[in-house]
Amino acid sequence: MSAVAVTTKAPADARRKANSELALLILALLITVGAYALVGLATTGVVPGGLAAYGGAMAALGAAAHLASRRLASGADPVLLPLAFLLNGLGLVMVRRLDFAEQTSQAPAQTIWTVVAIVVFILTLAVVRDHRILDNYRYIVGIGALAFLLMPLLPGIGKEVNGARIWLGLGGLSFQPGEVAKLGLVIFFASYLAEKRALLTVATNRLGPLMVPPARAFGPILAVWGLSLSVLVFQKDLGLSLLVFGIFVAMLYVATARLTYVLLSLALFGVGAFAAWTVFSHVQSRILTWLDPWSVYEDAGYQVAQSLFAMATGGIFGVGLGQGRPDIIPEVNTDFIFAAFGEEIGLLGTTALLLCFFLFVGRGFSVATRSPDDFGQLLAAGLTFLFGLQVFVILGGVTQLLPLTGVTLPFMSYGGSSLLANYALVALLLRVSASSSSTSAGRATP
Amino acid sequence: MTRQVRRVAIVLFLLFGALFVNLNFLQVLRADGLSNDTRNSRKIIAEYSIRRGSIVAGKGGDTTVLAESVATDGGRFEYRRRYPEPELYAHVTGFYSLLYGRAGLEDTANGFLVGDAPEQFARNVGDLLTGREPEGDDVVVTLRPEVQRAAREALGDRVGAVVALAPQTGAVLALWANPSYDPNRLATFDRARAVRYWERSENERRNRALRETYPPGSTFKVITAAAALEDGIDPDDTFDDPSGYTPPQTTATIPNFGGGLCNGGSPITLARAFEVSCNTTFAQLGVDIGAAKLVEQAEAFGFNQTFDLGLPMAASVIPSELDPPSTAQSAIGQRDVRATPLQMAMVSAAVANDGVLMRPHVIARVEDFAGRVVRQITPSMLVLDGQDDARAVSRETAQALQDMMLGVVTNGSGGAAAVPGVEVAGKTGTAQTAEGANPTVWFTGFAPFDDPQVAVAVVLPDGGDVGSEATGGAVAAPIAGKVIDAAVDE
Repeated sequence: MSAVAVTTKAPADARRKANSELALLILALLITVGAYALVGLATTGVVPGGLAAYGGAMAALGAAAHLASRRLASGADPVLLPLAFLLNGLGLVMVRRLDFAEQTSQAPAQTIWTVVAIVVFILTLAVVRDHRILDNYRYIVGIGALAFLLMPLLPGIGKEVNGARIWLGLGGLSFQPGEVAKLGLVIFFASYLAEKRALLTVATNRLGPLMVPPARAFGPILAVWGLSLSVLVFQKDLGLSLLVFGIFVAMLYVATARLTYVLLSLALFGVGAFAAWTVFSHVQSRILTWLDPWSVYEDAGYQVAQSLFAMATGGIFGVGLGQGRPDIIPEVNTDFIFAAFGEEIGLLGTTALLLCFFLFVGRGFSVATRSPDDFGQLLAAGLTFLFGLQVFVILGGVTQLLPLTGVTLPFMSYGGSSLLANYALVALLLRVSASSSSTSAGRATP
Repeated sequence: MTRQVRRVAIVLFLLFGALFVNLNFLQVLRADGLSNDTRNSRKIIAEYSIRRGSIVAGKGGDTTVLAESVATDGGRFEYRRRYPEPELYAHVTGFYSLLYGRAGLEDTANGFLVGDAPEQFARNVGDLLTGREPEGDDVVVTLRPEVQRAAREALGDRVGAVVALAPQTGAVLALWANPSYDPNRLATFDRARAVRYWERSENERRNRALRETYPPGSTFKVITAAAALEDGIDPDDTFDDPSGYTPPQTTATIPNFGGGLCNGGSPITLARAFEVSCNTTFAQLGVDIGAAKLVEQAEAFGFNQTFDLGLPMAASVIPSELDPPSTAQSAIGQRDVRATPLQMAMVSAAVANDGVLMRPHVIARVEDFAGRVVRQITPSMLVLDGQDDARAVSRETAQALQDMMLGVVTNGSGGAAAVPGVEVAGKTGTAQTAEGANPTVWFTGFAPFDDPQVAVAVVLPDGGDVGSEATGGAVAAPIAGKVIDAAVDE
């Protein structure tokens, strides 16, 4: 009854946003169900029998997620969840489509992971009722993230897949703790930087024309640099190493506005990259494969070459969902799922997908700029940058813009850990945006 | 902090912009090149879902299948490629492989084999509208299986190549190179086995008949003689018979084969010098008529260019700028002159056809599955780039050369090419390649003399199996004889 009493403008606005979210979710559902039907038609000639089950399951998941965000994050951004849901749904369709081609059965597992991920989304919203709670558990989250990050190195439970030691094997289940660790690190960085902002910003020393902060302030950069190098050295995971360092530098800049840090970080990155090139043959091989995949076509270049063939064969319009041969690309349903889309829905489709990611990043940063508190702002900016950088790194790798570093494409790649972590990321962004909308009345515009 | 967030956002947006630009680059600008790359098996896979046409030889009820598509028993592909006599025809059919794309006729005639001939446009549009499964067309080749088999048997285990042409049409009757390979083992869907075979069959895949050049040795004297005759010299004109000839601007003497004289030191006619393959006469003749005319004559026969044979080929070469010592060496087919077996067969074919070069071709016609002719390849004259017509030499010169080549077999170095009941004409060649290396031995010729049905070239780059003692007359000529025997109708 108390809700009735508070009939101010804010709940009406929240209801309007929630309705927008619902409408967008229905649109996303229609698109994915349509794509699912097309795949069935192209591969088996008939509308697949599982269409109703698939549509029903996705509708139920969407409804659950929507109710959670409506109830638990009133006034939150209405676009982020539908975008995630759309990308997730299309990813599932492609995983199922690749099952047809490769005669595998990974779509059911990915569907179960989607259920788990939506549960995690709801739980995150339910447990983290205010993002500032996370600020209080900074060190627990930080140490937890570190533990998750390094866990695969433990003998017994850690295992190496395709040369990278980033997996945990528990019974029959595999999990990449690094996916969750990235979120924990962003929370920790946000909390740490929100508190030390002032300290890190003060420039006391003069270095040539630059005013620079005291030497002590550079400690954190060196620490994170060391951490990301150790990920590279011990886990042989270029992508994760790059992301960890990248988000820290971006967040440090957001917190301090000091280009000195960015320049120093770029220099450190250069040193690290050069050292990695000198010491590790697999890093050298990645770079050489990037520069000229054709010279090592039979070997290391095969995957990227096939990805380029797939994208080029798709051309502008694509060969049609279910009508290409993306299964020729090794590991197509994880790192290279975007190339499968490139082949079947062409430039028009890939541009649409890229726009979805672009829109997600845009909304994420907009959440950050609206957050009334430093921690919220840093958290939202960090999460968004993590998401955007990861998209850039993997899409760049798949299209030969960058050397390939094995990271997943958020929401689309086959794999539970990534999906789960990304839904948690959306939940946190919704949480920050919900808090800013509830306090926006009392917020002074700068 | 809002300002910094915006800046970080702008950086990320720029990165996304770069992705977008790169997508356009990849899916629009580079799309054609990449999607048609032979290593891009996507088009091949689409092709595997239709019944690809066969490659066959012969006509009527007596056809030999060189390559065919057979239905698989399920799996990713509906059809697989089968080569019933894989090694015998590999250098013609090429291969059709998921992993390695296409080669040979499988590549050059791919449009026909998948049913995309321009003549089939109307049918294909119809198929599209009615939803009928598209099908490929059969390619009928000019090869005669009995001649092809004779070539393989005659060459045996020795490394080398044989090319036989029909002088009056240009039809390729036999195209054999040893060693050969098994295209079935590249057409397999078993990736690991295909990779293994690919890696160890590199030498076998070399097409020695079309894509490798060798020093032609004395077979080039046909061209030198042609240039001389065109320049007004008569077959009965006589020349000195020294034991060695030293061209201008050098002290290096060109000896005769075996170091002796050609005619006991008495003046020798051009015709006789040709029969016994006298180096001193021809080296001097080359210098006398000059490099320009020699090169011009070689080019009139097809040197220094390629043409559309229906299969990939290498150009035979003669340098266009020759000093006198090089001219002397080139006139006897040594030094920088190199020719493919196809080229030397074309030389004999043009001579046999009274000087007119017919376009060599391997595809005779294209038929649909019902046997209806989609395209008939009619014989045509080969007008090379830089030539006014298809005439390599005048009729008179050609006839004089025919007589001289007949003399080589009846009364000279090529006696071993003789076939009972058939008058064979030709020229032997034995090219020294390097100090200590076995000679490259040749024979090129045609038969029957009165009514030429076949022109042939045989090469064994390492002297066959008799090593340094090998000569064109002893090693290559008998092989040519057997091929001619198989080709000429009794």
